[in-house]
Amino acid sequence: MPKFTRRRLIQTGLAAGAAVATARCGNPSEEAPLGTPNNPATGPEVNANNIKDVTLRFIGTGVAQVNDIRDKAQEDLGFKIELKALSTEENNQIAISQPGQYDMFDGEYFSLPLVIPSGNLQAIDVKRIKNFDKIASFFTTGEFNGLPVENAQGTSPIKVMYLKDKDSKEFSPTPTDWATLIPFQYNADTLGYRPDLVSKEISSWADLFDPAFNGKTSILDIPSIGIMDAALVVEAAGLMTFGDKGNMTKEEIDQITDILKEKKREGQFRAFWKTFDESVNLMSSGEVVLQSMWSPAVTAVKAQGIQCIYAPLKEGYRAWGGGIGMSAAMEGAKLDAAYAYMDWLLDGWVGAFLGRQGYYSAVPETAKQFMSAEEWDFWYEGKPAAVDMVDPFGTTLEKAGAVRDGGSFEERMGNVVVWNSTMDEQVYLVQKWNEFIAA
Amino acid sequence: MNRPWKTLQPYLLATPQTLIFLMFLVFPIVMIFIVSFWEFNGYAMTPAFSWANYAGIFGSSVSLSTYLNTFKYVVLVWGACVAIALPIAYYLTFCIERNSVRILLFLICTIPFWTSNIIRMISWIPLLGRGGLVNQALLGLGLVQQPVDWLLYSDFAVVLGMVHLFNFFMIAPVFNSMMRIDRTLITAARDMGASGFEVLKEIILPLSAPGLAIGTIFVVTLTMGEYVTVRLMGGGQSASVGKLISTQIGSLQYPLAAANAVILLIITLGLVTAILRVVDIRKEL
Repeated sequence: MPKFTRRRLIQTGLAAGAAVATARCGNPSEEAPLGTPNNPATGPEVNANNIKDVTLRFIGTGVAQVNDIRDKAQEDLGFKIELKALSTEENNQIAISQPGQYDMFDGEYFSLPLVIPSGNLQAIDVKRIKNFDKIASFFTTGEFNGLPVENAQGTSPIKVMYLKDKDSKEFSPTPTDWATLIPFQYNADTLGYRPDLVSKEISSWADLFDPAFNGKTSILDIPSIGIMDAALVVEAAGLMTFGDKGNMTKEEIDQITDILKEKKREGQFRAFWKTFDESVNLMSSGEVVLQSMWSPAVTAVKAQGIQCIYAPLKEGYRAWGGGIGMSAAMEGAKLDAAYAYMDWLLDGWVGAFLGRQGYYSAVPETAKQFMSAEEWDFWYEGKPAAVDMVDPFGTTLEKAGAVRDGGSFEERMGNVVVWNSTMDEQVYLVQKWNEFIAA
Repeated sequence: MNRPWKTLQPYLLATPQTLIFLMFLVFPIVMIFIVSFWEFNGYAMTPAFSWANYAGIFGSSVSLSTYLNTFKYVVLVWGACVAIALPIAYYLTFCIERNSVRILLFLICTIPFWTSNIIRMISWIPLLGRGGLVNQALLGLGLVQQPVDWLLYSDFAVVLGMVHLFNFFMIAPVFNSMMRIDRTLITAARDMGASGFEVLKEIILPLSAPGLAIGTIFVVTLTMGEYVTVRLMGGGQSASVGKLISTQIGSLQYPLAAANAVILLIITLGLVTAILRVVDIRKEL
C-alpha cells in the first residue's frame, strides 16, 4: 500500500475528477420528451400555445411591482409573471451587471445612458406596439402643445427614447422604429410641505434654503435626482446659474456642491432621505416641514390625517418617467409574451390603476375608459373631486371637493423644466455628491 | 487497508469546511482585492492595474475625515459598551445568588434583538424626535425652552443606536469570563485583608480581560463596518466608511468601493491583531 501524501492525494483527486468529467461529457444525455416546458418545440416557427408556458421575470422599482397588477396581467394574458421590487439603485445595478436575473426591466429613463451601453436590453420594435402612436407626445416626439416641457433640461425621455438601429447602442435624437423603453408611468415632482407648520405659502424652490426653515428641511440622497432638485433650488435662490442644469460641467458641479456643503454646515437640513418610507416618516413626525418629495409620499402623509401640500412652484416641476425594457436574451415565445404584455400595459387597466394613485398613464385616453368620470376629472382635469377619491387599495386619498395640487395634467406635465438626469460627468457628480453627503 | 483510510480521514473530514471557507470567504476577498485595482466609468468596470482608486482615497480630505469619524464612533461606542457591560456582568455574576434569576436577567439583555433593526431604528423617532417623549419631558420640566435638536439625526444618535445594538456582544463574553473566576480566589483575597476595590483591581478585572478582549473584537469590528445605523440615526448626514462604501456600491463605483473595503479590512485586522497581542483569549476557548 502506498503511503498517502498531500501531493499524492491532490493528484489522485484531480485525476478522478477529470475522469468523471470526461465520462459525463462524452455520454450523450437522454433526450427529453418533446413539448415539456424546458424543451419547447424545435424550429423557428412561433407557436402561440407556448406563451402559456412562459414566465416573465420583472425587476423594477416599487411603483408598478405590485401584486394586483401581476395578478390581473396573469389573468388577462395567461402566462406567469414574477416581480422583484428594488430600490432605484439596485434596479440599475442588476440591469447592468446581472442580465441573467431578469427578462423585463421596469426602469426610469435617466437610467438608460448607463444601462443601454451594457448591451443588456434589446430594441423594441414600435410597429409591434398597438397603441404606440397614442402615447403622450413628449415621450414619442418631444412635443407637447408648445409648453415648457418641450425644452426641459436633463435626461428628458425623448433624448433616450429611440435607438439609431435595431442593434445600435446609440440614442437617436429623432424618432426611429426602435425604442428603448415603452413608457407607462411618470409624474411631475416638486416640494412637499406641512401647511400647519409652515407659516407661509411655498411658491418657489428657493424656499428650501429659507433661513426660517433652518434645521427643518430635507433633500433626497439619490445623486441623479437630488442634484436636479438642488439645481432648481440654487438657481431659484439666485446663488448660481447653469449653462444646462441637466448636463453640468465639472466647474458647475464643484460650485453647486460647495453651496450645498455650506448650507449643510449652517444646519439648513434636518436629514437626507433615500427611500419613500423615510420621507413619509420625516414629514409625518414633523422632523421636517419642507422637503423634496414624491407624490405618493405626500398621499401617504395625507392618509394619516396630516395636512401636506405638494406645492406647485413658479419655476416649474422636476419630472421622472418609467417604462418597460426587454432583456437582450429574450427570443421566441418569450419575446411574443413580452410584446403582449406591453400592449396590455398600454391598454388602460394599468393606467387607471396607477392613475388612482396620482401617477399618469402613458396613454391617458385608454386609462380614461377604465376610470370613472369623477376620477378622471380629479386626477387629469384638475377639477374639484365630485366624490371621495379612493385609491386601489381602499384608502381614501381626498375628500369630495378637494382639488389636485398643481391642477390638470397639462398644467403639471406642461410645466416640467427638468427631468431626472444622468450627466456626461456622472462619475464626478457622484463623487462630489458623496462628499456633500459625508461632509 | 486500514492505514491509508486512517491517513485520509482527517483530510476528508476537513474538506467540506475547507471548500466552504475557500468559496465563500477567501475567494470573495481575493476578488475584492483584484477589483480594487480596476478602472470604471459610470456604468462598467474594466480589468486593469491602476492605483488610481487608492490614490483617490488617500488624496481626498473627505475620505480622511470619514475614516477619522469612523474611529471616533469606534472609540465612543466601545467606551460606552465597556462602561455599561462591566457593571451589568459584575451584577449578574456576583450579586445574583440564584442561577434561574441570573439566566432570566441575562435573557432580558437580549431584548434589543427581538425586533428587526429597521423597526428599532424607526421607533427612536417618537422617543428622541423634536416632538418626542424626551423633548416633551424636558419642556414639561421647564429645563429647555425649545425642543432639543441634537437628540436625533446627530452623532449622539448614531452612537446611542450602535451602543444599543452592540452592547450585548460585550456583556456576553465579559459575563462568561466572570462566571469562570474561581470564587475561592476572592474568598482568599478577602481573608488576606484585601478591600473590595483591591479584589476588583487584582482579581476580577485581570481575569475578565479575555472576555473584555473578545467583546472588544466584536464591538470594534461591528462598528467599523456599520452603515445602516449611521444612515438612519444620522439622518443621512453622518459619515462612516461603511456608509461611504454602500453609497459607492449604490452608484456602481465597485472598484472604488472595493479599494475602501480593502483598506477597511486591513485596518480592522490590524486592530484585532493588536487586541490579540495584548490579551491571550485562548484561555476562554
